[in-house]
Amino acid sequence: MVTINELTDDEFLLKGNSSCAGCGATMAIRWVLKILGKNTVLVMPAGCVSVFQGMFPASAFGVPVIDSSFGAQSSISAGLAAAYKVKGKKINIVTLAGDGGTGDIGLHAVSAAAERGDDVLYICYDNEAYMNTGVQRSSLTPYGAKTGTNPEGKMEWKKNLPLIMAAHNITYVATASVGFPFDLMRKVKKAASLSGFRYIHILTPCPPGWGTAENLAAELGRLAVRCGIFPLFEVEKGKLTLHKVSSRLPVSKYFEVQRRFEGLTEEQLKYIQSRVDEELAYLEQLEKITSKVSKAE
Amino acid sequence: MAGQKTKIFDYTAYSLPTEGSAGFTGSWRSKRPVIVDAKCTKCNLCWLYCPEGTIIRVKGKIPIIDLTYCKGCGVCANECPSKAINMEDESKWLSK
Repeated sequence: MVTINELTDDEFLLKGNSSCAGCGATMAIRWVLKILGKNTVLVMPAGCVSVFQGMFPASAFGVPVIDSSFGAQSSISAGLAAAYKVKGKKINIVTLAGDGGTGDIGLHAVSAAAERGDDVLYICYDNEAYMNTGVQRSSLTPYGAKTGTNPEGKMEWKKNLPLIMAAHNITYVATASVGFPFDLMRKVKKAASLSGFRYIHILTPCPPGWGTAENLAAELGRLAVRCGIFPLFEVEKGKLTLHKVSSRLPVSKYFEVQRRFEGLTEEQLKYIQSRVDEELAYLEQLEKITSKVSKAE
Repeated sequence: MAGQKTKIFDYTAYSLPTEGSAGFTGSWRSKRPVIVDAKCTKCNLCWLYCPEGTIIRVKGKIPIIDLTYCKGCGVCANECPSKAINMEDESKWLSK
């Protein structure tokens, strides 16, 4: 458990950076760094985060940052982890990458790092498109969303990256949303206490990219969970724990506030609802099956 | 250079942590958050949710908003459980 009073007043993502007003990713990263503290090194590829990191000679981060080439972030953090191990220093090595950097361009290196079990905390902030270059489709853009490269709406379903990572049998996989900060911080704290490759997938709403009002980032994060579109779960040593939502809202509640989902037909909404229900049922089944699994260390 | 201790920072360019790396971002603001003192319960949730960290919490007191850097997104007003933050038009404040 994390409470508001035990959080530090120190800021590691300094104010006055160049992120958009109401950015969900800034929110999440600020909380993550508050939990991890200054004993942290960040590795990040191109993405929104490397944009609001700032230009020479100013940096918006209060911790050391390595900018990597797109897709090489996991390899660099693997090297860092090995180097710190040789030096005998215990430092949180955190890879911060967006959904494009993790799911599309960096997937090979992420998968390799997960397979090797490098001592890295991998945080993927999922804003569901390539936002900093002007909203282009990624493999994690949801069905029906309009982007610059999909002006009529994406026709493919979102890739389930957290479950792909869970299939690597790594130490810890979790999904989190900016709508639930204490849950997010609890998961980061837990991940930081473990060793090996840990993966946290955070849904970070992007007001300009999603076509919403600036003040809705946290509310959209909550809505996505309450509608069942972004289920919160943890996988620890092969055991999946699903956080159940007591009264689920219809998915249309989440779509009506976003301009990127404008013009979804009734049939499409029905299809999305049935597919979301199916995926939740699948996760529930997975929870049942994996509850009996006890993997030897 | 044998025997001499050299630091890596002597030879590389590096950035230092700076507030306002994108300038005074308060100038982006079109709406200004104003805390209504009577309604504030000092729960500090606005401090937690502010994406920028421009709200400063003071123990047992009403939080202070750093208007030099506040971008005016309004997340604090939206998340406040007692609705103690109003988003007021910036033009109203300019004429004052």
